Amino acid sequence: MKPAPFDYVRPGSLEDALAALSGDPGAKVLAGGQSLVPLLSMRLAAPSRLVDINGLPGLDEVTVSPGGVRVGALARHADVLTHEEAARVQPLLRLALSHVAHATIRNRGTTVGSIVHADSAAELPMVLTLLGGSVEVVGPSGTRTIPASELYVGPLESSLAHDEIATSASFPALAPGGRVAFAEIARRHGDYALVGAAALVEGGTVKVGYVSVSDVPVVVDLSGVPVKDLGEAALARLEPAGDIHATAAYRAQLVRVLTERVVREATGDE
Amino acid sequence: MSEPLLEVQLSVNGVVHDLRVPARRLLSDALRHDLGLTGTHVGCEHGVCGACTVLADGRPVRACLMFAVSAVGLNLTTVEGLAGADGTLSNVQQAFAECHGLQCGFCTPGFLTTITAGLRDNPQPTHEQARDMIAGNLCRCTGYQNIVKAVERAAELGA
Ligand SMILES: Cc1cc2nc3c(=O)[nH]c(=O)nc-3n(C[C@H](O)[C@H](O)[C@H](O)COP(=O)(O)OP(=O)(O)OC[C@H]3O[C@@H](n4cnc5c(N)ncnc54)[C@H](O)[C@@H]3O)c2cc1C
Ligand code: FES
Ligand code: FES
Repeated sequence: MKPAPFDYVRPGSLEDALAALSGDPGAKVLAGGQSLVPLLSMRLAAPSRLVDINGLPGLDEVTVSPGGVRVGALARHADVLTHEEAARVQPLLRLALSHVAHATIRNRGTTVGSIVHADSAAELPMVLTLLGGSVEVVGPSGTRTIPASELYVGPLESSLAHDEIATSASFPALAPGGRVAFAEIARRHGDYALVGAAALVEGGTVKVGYVSVSDVPVVVDLSGVPVKDLGEAALARLEPAGDIHATAAYRAQLVRVLTERVVREATGDE
Repeated sequence: MSEPLLEVQLSVNGVVHDLRVPARRLLSDALRHDLGLTGTHVGCEHGVCGACTVLADGRPVRACLMFAVSAVGLNLTTVEGLAGADGTLSNVQQAFAECHGLQCGFCTPGFLTTITAGLRDNPQPTHEQARDMIAGNLCRCTGYQNIVKAVERAAELGA
């Protein structure tokens, strides 16, 4: 099937992009298109206007500071994955990105697009949530920063307003002595995870974030839980659902196994 | 009311083409139907199979997940652009012929473009890396063994 007709604009400035968005309540941003175009082709979405942001200047940068990694809205997954400084300051980015789709999709798909697309089966929304990162957005009334904890409101739904554009996402640096680990089970490497988990061990706390376990990215605090109890402690706070890819019982088992695996790896208790 | 058409200039295999297409024309359809470059195949049309993979500024991308209007300014290479001007096969194409890396050939254009870029980035892949290079492309016929062999043979030929 083919996308329904739409009006297409490719603005050269952020101001023009915002005007194009607010000028049509049915308008949508087009970034890498790796999630949006399939939705259009299957006619699960039919926006009246697409505002292609690929012509906007200065949004393709990945900036690394001691405080963390800032990823511009046009930085492709591939650019972030291969960024050595970014991997040094926040190693979870590379660990997680290597599981996002296949190289060809990563050449076009953007990390910020994935974050605002708000798919709880996607790795990066969970990573942003686990790390306590944020997204910077611009809208008709200016710029605001949305912390990850306020970004995800429902399945495939973020708290961005229809006329706002995300310009960057910020991932805090790993604290000195901190450690991370990532693991997922997918039918084939690069496919969406049946379940994925990442551990963040920093300053005495142990947190684990999950992919494909609930409607929104979810993180549980497992500080102080003995290794043998990790799986059950995690499951006490989660309600994995079944779907055509995996039953609820199988997902629960993956949560048990992966929670223990990532926490052991991140605490060095392998 | 007829759908508005946009003027689009596409650079494909070193040739600049002017076309008039609706905004919703997928790049894969523009290549096949508007430009007659039917080497780019369409399998799933949602990014999964890889048959439509072309190079954009040298990087493999899914032509079915891009609009022709968004491809303006990119240097596109399709499977038609891989052989030499005199028809000499590229090393990757040669390796596919030698290793019997295809059966029906439907998936082949996507493999050839993907591997061409993959070997440019990593000219001497390990066996694992050779497998990983093609992991995003589906083939219904070959079982992949000979495609992996073709990647390794193309690396020997110097891709
Ligand atoms: C075959 C296949 C497999 C995949 N596998 C995975 C996987 O395993 N894991 C994974 O995480 N992802 C996967 N993806 C999705 C991929 O990571 C996409 O890159 C990502 O989901 C969306 O990024 P994009 O830039 O392509 O956004 P688009 O598709 O352009 O946009 C997605 C949505 O976000 C909105 N949007 C995008 N950017 C902005 C912005 N800057 N401001 C406001 N709104 C914006 C759009 O309006 C749209 O609603 C897969 C995709 C494909 C095709
Ligand atoms: S047709 Fe484009 S990936 Fe299948
Ligand atoms: S050779 Fe037939 S699909 Fe690959």
